[in-house]
Amino acid sequence: MASAPSKLYSDDVSLVVVLLDTNPFFWSSSSLSFSQFLTHVLAFFNAILTLNQLNQVVVIATGYNSCDYVYDSSSTGNQSVGNGRMPSLCATLLQNLEEFMNKDEQLGKQEPEGRIACSLLSGSLSMALCYIQRVFRSGLLHPQPRILCLQGSPDGPEQYVAIMNAIFSAQRSMVPIDSCYLGAQNSAFLQQASYITGGVHHKPQQLDGLFQYLLTIFGTDLHSRNFLQLPKPVGVDFRASCFCHKNTIDMGYICSVCLSIYCKHLKKCSTCGSVFGQAQTQSDEPSATNRKRKTTDA
Amino acid sequence: MFMPDNRNSGAKLVVEFKSIQGHKYTKEGSNKPPLINLANAQGGSYIFEFDSYSDLHVCRDFVSKVLEKSKETPNAALEKSAVKLPDEQLSEEEMQLRIKLLQENSELQKLHRQFVGGNILTEAEFWAARKKLLDRDPSKKSKQRVGFKSAMISDIRPATDGRIFAEKPAVHRAFLNFVPNKMTEMEFWTKYCRAEYLSRTKNYHAVVAEAAEDEELAVFLKEDDILANEVRKKIRRVDPTLDMEADEGDDYTHLPDHGIFRDGTKESNELQSEHYRRTLLQDLNRHAAVVLEGRTIDVEREDSTRALAEALARSKRGNEGADNNANEERLDRTPRVAEIEDLQAPHCLPLAPLSIKDAREYFDSQQANTLKASRDSQASMKCSLSRQEAYGSVRDAISEIKDMGLSDPIVNPEVALKVYSGLTHNISSIKYHLGKNPRETVLDRLPSATKEKLLYVNRLKDALSNIYPQLEEMKESLPADLRHQVSLLVRPMQQALDAAIQHYDADLQKRSAKSGEKPNGYV
Repeated sequence: MASAPSKLYSDDVSLVVVLLDTNPFFWSSSSLSFSQFLTHVLAFFNAILTLNQLNQVVVIATGYNSCDYVYDSSSTGNQSVGNGRMPSLCATLLQNLEEFMNKDEQLGKQEPEGRIACSLLSGSLSMALCYIQRVFRSGLLHPQPRILCLQGSPDGPEQYVAIMNAIFSAQRSMVPIDSCYLGAQNSAFLQQASYITGGVHHKPQQLDGLFQYLLTIFGTDLHSRNFLQLPKPVGVDFRASCFCHKNTIDMGYICSVCLSIYCKHLKKCSTCGSVFGQAQTQSDEPSATNRKRKTTDA
Repeated sequence: MFMPDNRNSGAKLVVEFKSIQGHKYTKEGSNKPPLINLANAQGGSYIFEFDSYSDLHVCRDFVSKVLEKSKETPNAALEKSAVKLPDEQLSEEEMQLRIKLLQENSELQKLHRQFVGGNILTEAEFWAARKKLLDRDPSKKSKQRVGFKSAMISDIRPATDGRIFAEKPAVHRAFLNFVPNKMTEMEFWTKYCRAEYLSRTKNYHAVVAEAAEDEELAVFLKEDDILANEVRKKIRRVDPTLDMEADEGDDYTHLPDHGIFRDGTKESNELQSEHYRRTLLQDLNRHAAVVLEGRTIDVEREDSTRALAEALARSKRGNEGADNNANEERLDRTPRVAEIEDLQAPHCLPLAPLSIKDAREYFDSQQANTLKASRDSQASMKCSLSRQEAYGSVRDAISEIKDMGLSDPIVNPEVALKVYSGLTHNISSIKYHLGKNPRETVLDRLPSATKEKLLYVNRLKDALSNIYPQLEEMKESLPADLRHQVSLLVRPMQQALDAAIQHYDADLQKRSAKSGEKPNGYV
């Protein structure tokens, strides 16, 4: 990818694609209210835009049923709305956000029964990567893109495959994924994403100082990160989810052809269709965990 | 030492006799109580009162004796006074021993004088502590026997201390067999000496001839088969884990041609004369072994050689029994020691099997916990808000902001400070955990300018490139005729410099190309 020429553009011009979690079920039960959250975040966007004249911010809303682009600072069609109490950035963004929420509500018909209400992170990740690809192909002079994920909803194990695919493609395009997790538990997916792509993951201890966290940790551009020390997590939770039931597992069976993860022994891989022969006494997948599982079962 | 009779006072008075100059005593006839007045050297006096005059007399005699003797050499007096105590019954022998010890060992004497003379220890205590010394002395003389002299028997005269029998068991056996039956002792020894003389000559044929004639003589000339047996037994007894190569020289039966013959010649093999060869090495070894073993019997008690031989035989038989037991023990031990690991069954060491199940349970429980926690929160979500309510609340929040604008200040300053300090603390605490990001090294953490300085590659590069023009200048400065020689020398140096600089540039390019792969802020 054209990364060396971007250095000619300027070292610290950055394009930040922000994935905003708008899962209403999370926000209605979070200690930080959505309005406070929006306050912090909007101020943060302003700060980024003032750091460099050429900086860009793109906001993608991660909803419960859908995702959509909510704001793009480089687009020229930002009309100022309303009473002048806030910059036009904020007004546009809020407007679009409201419209998005309406659409999202209409898309989903049933109540969330028996499953954790998670937002569509995989969708917004994919949309962000598409946008960045377009920026890459726009010419030699482009800012250095990175993805910032502001997530509060828990991980959805059914999205494991899609999220991992997105992470790997970000890694290949050398786009770091920063993540700020606002929920109560730990998010394994976000930790893995930041670890693999070389971004920063942080879980703020104090949510009412969120703006400070954002500015300190996630506000720096990529060039300056060479000289700065940013907080690193102590460890990374590398647990995967199985492909069959979408449970989070730490030990399972792996297909030797396509590396799909299963929690139970299967006769045929559901991803690639390869048949597992029964020739050996022990099972055939070369998973290291296989034998251990057998002894525990016996 | 006087102990006052008055049992109430527990004080003991220890008076050194040396310091007593004189003594006065009350006469028996007087009416005064029986007293002895011992005048001290310093002018004081000790007055002892006795129960009766008889006691007084006893003490008086004793004191006078002591005082007389104290006019002799103070050494002897000290010892004698130390030794002759009224309350200790010492045998004459012990006393002698003590005196002798003190005389021999000057340090001991010093100690004795210091402690006992200085009233720190009593005599009995002093010697009690040195009981070992006393005990050792008498036994010293009797227990240790003087061993064999280490000089080899090179003269023909048989020594009377049984050494020949110890060194040459065949001769011993011959002596036992022959002497009272076939020949007298004198004859035996004559034959022995003749054999020795013969073996010293270089004439093997004479040896063989004489041996063929006189079979008794042959016994002396033949190799010592008893020794050979012994040696073979010894070899069998040896720990099999030892290197046997080194011991094979001891075996008579496998002796090759090496070995110094007693007369210094090496003869070709004759089957018969093989038996009559003895090598110097073997004799030396045997002699050394015997000397180191020491005497097994008491020399002084044996009068005749015959009795000596019998005693030696008895002791040997006694030893054999012990040897057999030791041998068996050793045989048992060797298989244990010399296990061949490949042929053994695998040891079933008591291992606690790794139970993986626990780990699974742990993780499952973890997941259950998280599920439970989220379900709780979800439950709270579910029961508190339906879908519409949830969406409604979000929309309300948005409109709230639209109306009110961004809050001022956005972040409470104290909160911001706390956040900031917390972050700083966090970063500094994990600063030394380098292993977290495996892509980083210590050098990468430093700014690139520092990195280059540390590697001072550039400095070297500059130095090298400076040399180049210097060489050129040197070449130019010389007159034309010398220039050719110098350029011959200088050219390889320049070539080396060029190659080095090229290599460095290529390497740098490669490195920068590689590092150009990750420009997008790999942290």
